[in-house]
Amino acid sequence: MASGLVLLFIALVVLLASFVSPRDPFLADATRRLAPPLTPGYILGSDEIGRDIMSRLVHGGRTSLMVATVPVIIATAIGGFLGMIGGYFRGRTDTLIMRTMDVVLAFPSVLLAIGVAAALGSGTGNLMIALVVVAVPSVARVVRASVLQASQLDYVLAARAVGASHARIAFTQILPNVLAPVIVFASLETARTMILASGLSFLGLGVQPPQPDWGAMLATGRQYMIIAPHVATVPGLLIFLVTLSINTLGDGLRDAWDPRLGEA
Amino acid sequence: MTSYIVRRLLQTIPVLLGATLVVFLLIQLIPGDAAGVILGGEATPSAVAALRQEMGLNDPIPEQYVRWMAKVLRGDLGISSQTRTPVLTVLAGKFPNTLLLALAAMLLAAVLGVTAGVVSATRRYSWFDRLSMFAALFGNSMPVFWLGLILIIVFSLGLGWFPSGGIQSVRGGDGFLDLIKHLVLPTITLASAATALIARMVRSTMLEVIRQDYITTARSKGQVERLVIWRHALRNALLPVVTVVGLQFGHLLGGAVLTETVFVWPGVGLAIYGAISARDIPLIQGGILLTATTFVVINLLVDIGYAYLDPRIRYS
Repeated sequence: MASGLVLLFIALVVLLASFVSPRDPFLADATRRLAPPLTPGYILGSDEIGRDIMSRLVHGGRTSLMVATVPVIIATAIGGFLGMIGGYFRGRTDTLIMRTMDVVLAFPSVLLAIGVAAALGSGTGNLMIALVVVAVPSVARVVRASVLQASQLDYVLAARAVGASHARIAFTQILPNVLAPVIVFASLETARTMILASGLSFLGLGVQPPQPDWGAMLATGRQYMIIAPHVATVPGLLIFLVTLSINTLGDGLRDAWDPRLGEA
Repeated sequence: MTSYIVRRLLQTIPVLLGATLVVFLLIQLIPGDAAGVILGGEATPSAVAALRQEMGLNDPIPEQYVRWMAKVLRGDLGISSQTRTPVLTVLAGKFPNTLLLALAAMLLAAVLGVTAGVVSATRRYSWFDRLSMFAALFGNSMPVFWLGLILIIVFSLGLGWFPSGGIQSVRGGDGFLDLIKHLVLPTITLASAATALIARMVRSTMLEVIRQDYITTARSKGQVERLVIWRHALRNALLPVVTVVGLQFGHLLGGAVLTETVFVWPGVGLAIYGAISARDIPLIQGGILLTATTFVVINLLVDIGYAYLDPRIRYS
């Protein structure tokens, strides 16, 4: 509950970035480099070329949150579709789809994302493509498992006996049963994607400067660790807090909808 | 048992082939022309065309793939564009370092995670349980590279207990103790997410196992509680955990890229990072292929180990 509110607050702040942010995030002031937090005018300090960190965090939040949520939504749509087809029709279609997913899952997610992003070139769009590719197989698996379970339910068998079309059964009977686990999974996957996205930006593969992004801010701030640790630690703290909130939200959803999915 | 091993081996081969296909396709995605890059901007179009023909870039893609696979199977992963040395040589030197880090992290995560999970399960809702599950949530949500930075700032720059990076001290210090000192912070960083996951999983499975009849039987036979937990319950609870631990190893290999970058640990991950910055495509490819293959092999071994521990699996 609390985490939901925290997330909402952050989302609002980020959406209203242009109004909330105290300064222009791109405005560099070389005379005020690396100011510590609580310097007048720079609540959270300034970075290595004098830009206000608070403003960059707020504006960067837009990019970071978008990069974390949009790929998951797309991946859920694609993976959900694939999982549905596989779980519902089974047979060779299912085997083919699942084997392909297995191949993609053979790569540790970080590496696959790096591979795709490195091949396509850096940039926010390519980063999102890489994240979608990484997320699809897991979603497909979860959906397929749910669909397999739901297909056995009595009223589904009844619907088929009455002669309902596949599409109708899929939408009206199967989908509602699949929704809950998928939403829980999607929220937890968003948390993972958030970390993955900031990780890739940290490595230089994601969002490019001067575009503010929490992961990228960590990377550049790293050089000034000794004299101005806040430049790197504050963005990281935010990534951590947002991920924590998303995870807590996902856990809460899971406990509310199906305690069996979580811990006993 | 043998038939299970053979079956799993056969299942692994298409996955490995698929993985090579993915890596190969990734190369194809790269914009730009390889021959043009090699010859530079001043080259005449006919020279570029000739080199393309010579490199076989005009052949159909499947043919190029087969040729590339043949080279890979012979151990030729290409030449690193940064150092002009064969990719395999470069990676072979770095691989043991990454393996060391990953194994250390795996060990830490397994020991810490299992212990925390067991104690949490047996003292459910106690302060330890709440604390460790809270810590697990933290561990799951923490970006690896941020944790590493915090640890460096606190323990290395602040307290001076541990070196801030590298695998050996620059000024002499060649011994085992020196290596351990350098290993501590990266290992903790890398192990954090895995520990959190393992602790949660162990707690969950232990809670299920404890309810089983055979535990009640053991207790009513007068078995010492400590033995009931550690010998009977844990053994059965560990089975799914073994699979998770194996999978985590793969993620550790992947996460190693970030940890190695933060701690400048000379492993495959750092090599990949350097290759990204330098656009050294052969090295990126080779690194990903090597890591993915290791991951698949580890999974295979874990599955076989699991079947050895739980005979029911062999017949499914």
